[in-house]
Amino acid sequence: MKLDQAFGIEPRILDLRAYRASLLAANLANADTPGYQARDIDFQAALDQTMQTGFALAPRVTNPGHLSGSPSGAPFGVRPLYRTPLQASLDGNTVNTQREQAAFLDNAIRYQASLTFLGGRINQLRLAISGGR
Amino acid sequence: MSLFSIFDTAGSALDAQSLRLNLVSSNLANADSVSSSSDRTYRARLPVFETVLRDAHGRRRETPGVRVRAVVESQAPLRKEYHPESPAADRDGYVYLPNVNTVEQMADMISASRAFQGNVELINTSKQMLLRTLALGR
Repeated sequence: MKLDQAFGIEPRILDLRAYRASLLAANLANADTPGYQARDIDFQAALDQTMQTGFALAPRVTNPGHLSGSPSGAPFGVRPLYRTPLQASLDGNTVNTQREQAAFLDNAIRYQASLTFLGGRINQLRLAISGGR
Repeated sequence: MSLFSIFDTAGSALDAQSLRLNLVSSNLANADSVSSSSDRTYRARLPVFETVLRDAHGRRRETPGVRVRAVVESQAPLRKEYHPESPAADRDGYVYLPNVNTVEQMADMISASRAFQGNVELINTSKQMLLRTLALGR
């Protein structure tokens, strides 16, 4: 068994959750910016895509002229989508602060849940390595 | 690690919102500053927010922050009142009052302070997430 297989799906989930948190934070930061379009990822679809592509090796970028493997820093080439506003505002902003805050909190708790699962796996491995001593 | 970029993004929002609060306080403080000519009267100042799409190196930012693009003066008409006893009255006895709408400013203040609080909350949550990640496997 390889070590990255031992950790299962959790590291990918953590990566996606961290990325989603930064997207939601950008939405909240721009809650009062005219014309800003809120973005988010479809988590289920992103995870499915991640499972298909796996951990692809991304080329290293040492110069701003280099093209990065995944579009602009998103893990596993996930593309964020634009949110459909619940209620259109006059200045073209599509951020609904309450909704984004709720989504951020939900995402943060799920992130911590994944962390706990990963911690449990690490403890299991440790137990197996030390033979219960 | 994209969690670190949250500090950047939310920090830029804190910056922008606190400038907005400063402008509100300046507007409210000057809401009744009279003057004797229309071009020397205080006008309400308003921030114009803008999304920061590129970082200092010109690279595209995946999670854009916010900044105040400019501070503009309100174009609403000034109030003109008849107060011949005022030392600032002009030849006909009129004084000019700023176009600050106090109720609008109070609403703006609440909006700005709520947005500020929300972003502080964001930073706190991200900090917890990062600290728990650091403690992984301990």
